[in-house]
Amino acid sequence: MGSAGLSRLHGLFAVYKPPGLKWKHLRDTVELQLLKGLNARKPPAPKQRVRFLLGPMEGSEEKELTLTATSVPSLVNHPLVCGPAFTHLKVGMGHRLDVRASGVLVLGVGHGCRLLTDMYNAHLTKDYTVRGLLGKATDDFCEDGRLVEKTTYDHVTREKLDRILAMIQGSHQKALVMYSNLDLKTQEAYEMAVRGLIRPMNKSPMLITGIRCLHFAPPEFLLEVQCMHETQKELRKLVHEIGLELKTTAVCSQVRRTRDGFFTLDSALLRTQWDLHNIQDAIRAAAPQVASELEKSLGPQLDTKELPSREWSWESQGPSSTLVPERGAGH
Amino acid sequence: MALSAQQIPRWFNSAKLRSLINAVQLTKCFARPGRTLLHGFSAQPQISSDNCFLQWGFKTYKTSSLWNSSQSTSSSSQENNSTQSSLLPSMNEQSQKTQKIPSFDSELFLEELDELPPLSPMQPISEEEAIQIIADPPLPPASFTLRDYVDHSETLQKLVLLGVDLSKIEKHTEAANLLLRLDFEKDIKQMLLFLKDVGIEDNQLGAFLTKNHAIFSEDLENLKIRVAYLLSKNFSKADVAQMVRKAPFLLNFSVERLDNRLGFFQKELELSVKKVKKRREFVYFYVCKFTFMLTANKRKLTETFDFVHNVMSIPHHIIVKFPQVFNTRLFKIKERHLFLTYLGRAQYDPAKPNYISLDKLVSIPDEIFCEEIAKASVQDFDKFLKTL
Repeated sequence: MGSAGLSRLHGLFAVYKPPGLKWKHLRDTVELQLLKGLNARKPPAPKQRVRFLLGPMEGSEEKELTLTATSVPSLVNHPLVCGPAFTHLKVGMGHRLDVRASGVLVLGVGHGCRLLTDMYNAHLTKDYTVRGLLGKATDDFCEDGRLVEKTTYDHVTREKLDRILAMIQGSHQKALVMYSNLDLKTQEAYEMAVRGLIRPMNKSPMLITGIRCLHFAPPEFLLEVQCMHETQKELRKLVHEIGLELKTTAVCSQVRRTRDGFFTLDSALLRTQWDLHNIQDAIRAAAPQVASELEKSLGPQLDTKELPSREWSWESQGPSSTLVPERGAGH
Repeated sequence: MALSAQQIPRWFNSAKLRSLINAVQLTKCFARPGRTLLHGFSAQPQISSDNCFLQWGFKTYKTSSLWNSSQSTSSSSQENNSTQSSLLPSMNEQSQKTQKIPSFDSELFLEELDELPPLSPMQPISEEEAIQIIADPPLPPASFTLRDYVDHSETLQKLVLLGVDLSKIEKHTEAANLLLRLDFEKDIKQMLLFLKDVGIEDNQLGAFLTKNHAIFSEDLENLKIRVAYLLSKNFSKADVAQMVRKAPFLLNFSVERLDNRLGFFQKELELSVKKVKKRREFVYFYVCKFTFMLTANKRKLTETFDFVHNVMSIPHHIIVKFPQVFNTRLFKIKERHLFLTYLGRAQYDPAKPNYISLDKLVSIPDEIFCEEIAKASVQDFDKFLKTL
């Protein structure tokens, strides 16, 4: 009976990581909840074992002995003796989020851990909302860090902010093209670039594919950032640099991931939903989209090499001309 | 069903018998089936737990079998218990159930060992002798789990029926070895009667013993002294019962340690709670109802306190009225408080209208909290959580 539940527990799903929780603790909590659900099933019927007892044969005058087989219950399979049926599950983690950040976090269970590698190799972009606070600077770019500097911000206007964001996007666009090792002189590459669908398929520093200001109410401002190969610390540093560009200072008060590849906020499971049934449903709901998106992202390369894992060696051989279109939900 | 002669050499190999004496013992075992055989192969577990195995050494195997054969059938069981008390009594009981068979070994004595020729497995034996061979698979000499021994140990079976979780105890090798060696009738029964005396119910014994398996190594006299000490401190019997149930390791502490702890908590808690008059009631109340606070992590307590006092701006005297806020997870308090702030309903001052008490904030489940306190739907709460 436990195997029925376990068989549905292979695949990818997304959780919403709340702020203040370490990603490792999250992973352990999810594993514990899954094990709890799997071990809650009915224990098997008690095993019997056969013992041969010596006893007198029925209806014999001279006390002849014979062995009779009796089935006695055995305690070997009793749950108090052998413990819980499941003690470990393979739960893998996608792109990490640090302690202070929150948002969509992709996890894989069982065979889904293999798909995590595929997702990583697909190099899809991610969406963040970043909340900034003008007027102070700290050492770790966060609101509660050690204060380094305090400045005024009355001169900051929405137009100045938009101008700076546009500058950032432009420079990152150039970097995008450079890191994707594309020969822009070809017609297909040019068309892709015009449609904005180029991205590097190997390691690169943080690249911002899109950035805009959603809300500006000094000292607070809210940005929406689409990026890839980022860390949350680099996003906070970005806020700090925006402050510097605006000739003031800024710290980051919230980093929240709203989309990771094709997993969005709607499909992310909240803390109260981290149990066996919800996770099984989430895996089942996400499975078709996962399969199709990964095939699209990794598809064109599949005829040049047999296994997706070979992509690493293929890229290391030389410049990879990748014309993989970006089909994430962000565009 | 008589066992074939082919099974005997397999038996030899598995038991790693090597010398003439062992073979002779086997002969005796054949001649005295049932009891002797089981005794012979159930050599007692070794006292030393040098590696992580439960040791069932064959060291004193020879002596035990020889002892058996030299005693009479009726007295051997008592002898065994007295001389090698670590022999499993279960063997005695199981074998006593089987019918007492006339022993054929009256002619076999210790002195005749040297003259006896070794038994050849190819030698034909009579039907009666064949039928009396019992060739159960031998118990493993060492194991990492109590599963292998549970079917052969009355002690373990009775403990399982009581509700003790053996899978947790087997992780502690000393406790597991101890349990294998103890006799249910003699040692464990006394302990259980004592615990029942203290006030633990039958259905709670299992949980208690699972948590505090080390109690079997404690001296019964010491335990009685400690309980008497607690009673002398004006705790009623019911109080002591509840204290022992909530904190199973309490009885393992020495009297001095108990004294120190009680004095410490009296002093500490007196400073924060001024209104409670009777010291006895107050110590009982805090020790039993809020044992978590005494054992809680200091950092987590301070984090919770910092949030509740500084961020939620709740003064000290109100926090003191609801100590259970320290038992709930901090994230729960944070989420609910932020949701109420977002809705504009975060009112914790009892004097003002729409007051929300702290215990309602933390102890009621999510659906009721959303409907009654926050006056919003659970979906709204979820949507809000996804914006944090």
